[in-house]
Amino acid sequence: MHQGIPLHYFLIVSTLMFFIGIFGFLTRRNLITILMSIELILNSVNINFVVFNRYLFPHKLQGHFFSMIVIAIAAAEAAVAIAIIINIYRNFRSIEVGKVDEMKH
Amino acid sequence: MNNLVMFFILSGLILVFSVMTVLTRRILRSAVFLLFVLLATAGLYFMLDYMFLAAVQLTVYAGGIVVLIIFSILLTSHISERAAMAGKWPMIASAFVVLLGAGVTLYTIYSYVFKASAEPAIPSTMKSIGSHLISYGEDGYALPFEVISVLLLAVMIGAIIVAKKEVK
Repeated sequence: MHQGIPLHYFLIVSTLMFFIGIFGFLTRRNLITILMSIELILNSVNINFVVFNRYLFPHKLQGHFFSMIVIAIAAAEAAVAIAIIINIYRNFRSIEVGKVDEMKH
Repeated sequence: MNNLVMFFILSGLILVFSVMTVLTRRILRSAVFLLFVLLATAGLYFMLDYMFLAAVQLTVYAGGIVVLIIFSILLTSHISERAAMAGKWPMIASAFVVLLGAGVTLYTIYSYVFKASAEPAIPSTMKSIGSHLISYGEDGYALPFEVISVLLLAVMIGAIIVAKKEVK
């Protein structure tokens, strides 16, 4: 299925996606959108692992399993982050990073 | 040729929707664009013949995480609310940093010569994935599998404790 597509094309897509995620992480001011930028970054790294596995080491499944584990970690991280965000909302009535500037409640 | 056309469609979707995820001021739309990015990524996995990974991507990422994010958006922000962005100068500075980083990375990717292994490919069928996942010999992934299961239990308990209301 992947014949005729150079390895570089996948790497360009994942690089651009990674840096778009970084841009969102730096410019967003809302905790949930920051979390979404982190999901973009993790997803682009997954593409890299899978593509290296398929193109360079097709006799092993290391990249495949690594990205499966990254997906599991991403789900865990999203669950804990959202629990923390809801707790912050309960204490500050806001999830803007500029308004959450005290480490007490 | 067909592969290339399909790849360009999927990667175009990924890039356009990730830019829109990052730039739109409505948070709920941003979550839906993120869903499209994750679906197109699953399409790339299908193109690479990793069916199981694409299914995991669809169920866990697109089905689980995005729903969780949408729920938390509905709980924490008003539907007509516009998300605040950084000011003008932080925007320009981060765009500069991001373009610089992307340029360096792309230059490195293009100047590096990747050497593919010549050994024959093993199929990524359900059977081989399952036997790799529970084998503890060479190329076995039993340890990370168990560590992930313990981590998921810890995360479940932790999320409940963090998010539950304090009784005073």
